Amino acid sequence: MSGGDPQLVQLLTPEGERVEHPDYHLQLSDQEYRDFYRDMELIRRVDFEATALQRQGELGIWASLLGQEAAQIGSGRALKPQDMAFPTYREHGVAWCRGIDPINILCTWRGNDQGAWDPKVHRCQLYTIVIGAQTLHATGYAMGIVKDGKVGGDDPAKNEATIVYFGDGATSQGDVNEAFIWSSVFAAPLVFFCQNNQYAISEPLERQTRVPLYQRANGFGFPGVRVDGNDVLATYAVTTAALDRARSGDGPSFIEAYTYRMGAHTTNDDPTKYRIASEVESWKLKDPVARMKSFLIRQQLADNDYFDSVRADADALAAKLRSEVLALTDPAPLSMFDHVFPNGSAELDAQRAGFARYLDSFADAPAGGSR
Amino acid sequence: MTRTMTLGKAINAGLRTAMEEDPKVVLMGEDIGRLGGVFRITDGLQKDFGEDRVIDTPLAESGIVGTAIGLALRGYRPVCEIQFDGFVYPAYDQIVAQLAKMHYRSAGRLTLPVTIRLPFGGGIGAVEHHSESPEGYFVHTAGLKVVACSTPAEANVMIRQAIASDDPVIFLEPKRRYHEKGEVEPEASLDDAFPLHASRVLREGGDCTVVAYGPMVRVALDAATAAAADSGPALEVIDLRSLSPLDMEPIYASVRKTGRLVVVHEAPGTLGVGAELAARVQEECFYSLESPVLRVTGFDTPYPPARVEDHYLPDLDRVLDAVDRSLAH
Repeated sequence: MSGGDPQLVQLLTPEGERVEHPDYHLQLSDQEYRDFYRDMELIRRVDFEATALQRQGELGIWASLLGQEAAQIGSGRALKPQDMAFPTYREHGVAWCRGIDPINILCTWRGNDQGAWDPKVHRCQLYTIVIGAQTLHATGYAMGIVKDGKVGGDDPAKNEATIVYFGDGATSQGDVNEAFIWSSVFAAPLVFFCQNNQYAISEPLERQTRVPLYQRANGFGFPGVRVDGNDVLATYAVTTAALDRARSGDGPSFIEAYTYRMGAHTTNDDPTKYRIASEVESWKLKDPVARMKSFLIRQQLADNDYFDSVRADADALAAKLRSEVLALTDPAPLSMFDHVFPNGSAELDAQRAGFARYLDSFADAPAGGSR
Repeated sequence: MTRTMTLGKAINAGLRTAMEEDPKVVLMGEDIGRLGGVFRITDGLQKDFGEDRVIDTPLAESGIVGTAIGLALRGYRPVCEIQFDGFVYPAYDQIVAQLAKMHYRSAGRLTLPVTIRLPFGGGIGAVEHHSESPEGYFVHTAGLKVVACSTPAEANVMIRQAIASDDPVIFLEPKRRYHEKGEVEPEASLDDAFPLHASRVLREGGDCTVVAYGPMVRVALDAATAAAADSGPALEVIDLRSLSPLDMEPIYASVRKTGRLVVVHEAPGTLGVGAELAARVQEECFYSLESPVLRVTGFDTPYPPARVEDHYLPDLDRVLDAVDRSLAH
């Protein structure tokens, strides 16, 4: 499917060779090219560290993004500050692009909280676990952008767009199809970004669809495009174009980032039970990070010192993250009663008070919590 | 200015006032625009506020609530109409797994002031899926508030309060009472209004407490009138109004006075609101009770065909029978 596939937008071959595409033109500075590589290398390192922490019992579970770095960094960097992202639970690279500290993500997977960043500050909503539910939230949010008159204006800096992430399995959900209909009918400034990583836990794509996913968009009344999801330049270019279209008032579009989940769905499953080694090996040859590195070397945009410095940054980031995770303490028990309602509740206050009395009845009450 | 109007018109007037007072209030639902909704509750509102604020949606309930969540994240105050009680289930995931929990899991950073209007209950001779009482599902969900109105005046004020509230509110409308008339003051300030989440003593009496909500309030009041007419027991009738949270103090006070409690609702009894009231009253008023708490409810059957619904629905006689059994102890 890579190289020469007319259905697949590609700007960088698996060998790291820059190619042109008639519809997508990209001119970046040397620094921008290097930054794409750096982002991917760093978030991959975060992912490795999180997987290790889970294996050591420090995280309850982890959903790895290994193999999907280009899809996430390319699309995430295409967002402008005023845009809003609605992620699933695997968009660690997108969260990285939105300035969310990785420790906030790990806290959720450890069970310290259920989303510790401010969606209004980072313009990135909390992770959504229920498959596809967030596509409707993104659609409603995008309808609000239209109501606010923040599309199609003369000042591009004031036009806004929304992007929503989901996987190939989510396209089977009713909510996702309702979001397609809603966004089309109301011309919502929304980009549906589907990371087709070929598997919904163990179920292959053939169990979700009989047609290429990007072709579905046409039936809902908006354009769909398939992009090489392991090509960070192509995902960036395609997403930039789709977001521009949304901001200019032309409505939604659908991007199928054709990629591969190199690891397990989460640390709970064993992919060797449902896919063959040769398939995994063939995708290794399309690795998004190695591809970008080859490009930088071919174009003489970076030397060994640069790659060493990125690796050192990644190691430092991972070490910092590890020490932060190990320093985490559990939330205080009574905090579970907080924030059920904006203005509280007398019933919950009574339950909290009762539980506090119960806790106090122990000599060594865990008032502030312990690990 | 006080006017006489039906409960349906009172909700319409409340929606109108809320939309006039806050430009962020938008209505969304199926057929609510030109048609004015199948019960005409939104009649005329699209004409006056435009298609941007009274939105005829595609025909998908999960989409209605899911996009309302997104609009609320954007700063709007959506009011969703679910056409009938039995059609709320496709939206169930968005309500209980998303709407109810987003404030909590964002540690209070996100607020979702979404109101979901739900015509509920039977007694109108409808086909299946049009007469259900699904409130138990929502009362069981932390993060939601659930209220039921019973009179035009209450409906008018409570819908405005629900919309003004920063909580997600399931707003139950007793559809068999849509055409009952009462005095309403649509322009009254909410500042002095009876609190949305308080239960209310409608009729005082010393012999037995009867708690009802929504369509059954009328039945409970009629039972009290009938009982008194025969020089029978004096019933104290309480309109629960808020199903979640529950305002128990007026009920505890009443039970301490009467020593008896009968709870009336249309929903099936098992794990219903009546079960919760019975449990709480025995926890708090154990030594005041003269008899077991009794429930008069729908049966644990699917809502039956319309020709037998009169037997399914609690009526005046079943309420009086329960009162008799309570007093027999």
